[in-house]
Amino acid sequence: MKPSRFQYVRPASIPEAVVALQRSNSKVLAGGQSLTPLLSMRLAAPEVLVDINGLTELAGIEVRGSELWIGAIARHQEVLTHPLVGAHVPLLQQALTHVAHPVIRNRGTSVGSIAHADPAGELTAVAALLGARIHVASAQGVRDIPAKEFFVGPLESSLLHGEFVTGVSFPIFESSWGSSCVEIARRHGDYALAGVCALVHVDGGLITSATIAIFSVAGTPVVIDVIDVCDESEKLDQKVQSLIEPDTDIHATAEYRRQLVKTLVVQALTEARSNAESRRS
Amino acid sequence: MNPEELFLVELTVNGNPLSARVPARRLLSDFLRHDLRLTGTHVGCEHGVCGACTVLLDGKPVRGCLIFAVSVSGSEVTTVEGLVNNDGSLGVVQRAFHESHGLQCGFCTPGFITTIHAFLKENPHPTEEEAREAIAGNLCRCTGYQNIIKSVLRAADLIDSGVRDDH
Ligand SMILES: Cc1cc2nc3c(=O)[nH]c(=O)nc-3n(C[C@H](O)[C@H](O)[C@H](O)COP(=O)(O)OP(=O)(O)OC[C@H]3O[C@@H](n4cnc5c(N)ncnc54)[C@H](O)[C@@H]3O)c2cc1C
Ligand code: FES
Ligand code: FES
Repeated sequence: MKPSRFQYVRPASIPEAVVALQRSNSKVLAGGQSLTPLLSMRLAAPEVLVDINGLTELAGIEVRGSELWIGAIARHQEVLTHPLVGAHVPLLQQALTHVAHPVIRNRGTSVGSIAHADPAGELTAVAALLGARIHVASAQGVRDIPAKEFFVGPLESSLLHGEFVTGVSFPIFESSWGSSCVEIARRHGDYALAGVCALVHVDGGLITSATIAIFSVAGTPVVIDVIDVCDESEKLDQKVQSLIEPDTDIHATAEYRRQLVKTLVVQALTEARSNAESRRS
Repeated sequence: MNPEELFLVELTVNGNPLSARVPARRLLSDFLRHDLRLTGTHVGCEHGVCGACTVLLDGKPVRGCLIFAVSVSGSEVTTVEGLVNNDGSLGVVQRAFHESHGLQCGFCTPGFITTIHAFLKENPHPTEEEAREAIAGNLCRCTGYQNIIKSVLRAADLIDSGVRDDH
């Protein structure tokens, strides 16, 4: 269980990084918490690893206009404890408490988790639900990819060869918005069998917007607008079930995942609503 | 095949500057064990799940098996060997494991000791529930965990009562 050989490059700047990434069969190394196991099990064998941990300009977490920017090497644990995140995009922190264990979070990056596009990853669901913008750089220049165009399939994003993610921006949500992330995993810290993130807007005690993102039930996170059905549990479940495609695997059957989703959707919406109420007061 | 390119990796391990030239694919856990001959750090699953390889990187617990040594050259690393007192006596978490029968075969123990050491710095007075949560990322196939939780609480008590710990 050792990685096969690769060439190692550690760029000191973004221009150096994009030059290195032009080499064929190259891959970015961020926190390595997903990539290293793949290399050790030889499920991946890139020829060139471009280690972005030296790009200190990508370590930050900042408010930029009406968005919160998270740099590519900000660690999960920094995002989880950063006051700007708690104030402006609480859903990130609600989701991160479910991501692995603290020891993994000390090294893994939130942006790497999104770049990895794991359909079981909590942060892919967060990015999809909130409509995050993925900032990308390559030797050709920079571009932004909206989250809904970024996730293409399981572990597959719309990044082109030679591109890497420099950061992700999340819209800032004022206190009339509430959010939640709930999931069922075999053990706390494991990937979820199924999970749901919810985002609601509450105005004068009434819900005026309600969307959810379900993860671990399809190749990409499934975002659903549920404002039309959120008061009628049967219609809500019908709508949700018609849009998910859970698989059976050694951890759970597809049928069991559907059962979990039914319960988790209601729980997520209830928690998001009370989150909005507590953020306001 | 061409000879593999070697990189100079320099770490401060348990306070000592140590270095070796290794291929980029050398995992930090293997760098410590094979290149520096510090075999206290154990390797179980080698994919991040069991926690046996946990070491402190600049004071924070990380999985040694999920980091390439070359990527952290210049950092400080503390292993289970580094948590003994300067006079060679057991550090406080090690002593608590000894007293509370927190180990049987001992394979998982180095990872627990480093994880708990860092945890108690952040939370010196954990509840039993918090102690349980703190070790949730480490696997032990022998003890059934109850005595490990006792060891966490015992270590907290020992620290409170002013027992010597040099780290
Ligand atoms: C025991 C264990 C349990 C875990 N449990 C969970 C969990 O419950 N939920 C969860 O979401 N995650 C979980 N993870 C994964 C963890 O969150 C990872 O940290 C994360 O998925 C990847 O981030 P990373 O920085 O470690 O990326 P890496 O491992 O370095 O990279 C992962 C992939 O993304 C690519 N990549 C990374 N950054 C960029 C970038 N900036 N631009 C382009 N490509 C990039 C890499 O090339 C690679 O293909 C777990 C990991 C372990 C070991
Ligand atoms: S050997 Fe590193 S976590 Fe198991
Ligand atoms: S004491 Fe044997 S694995 Fe924990």
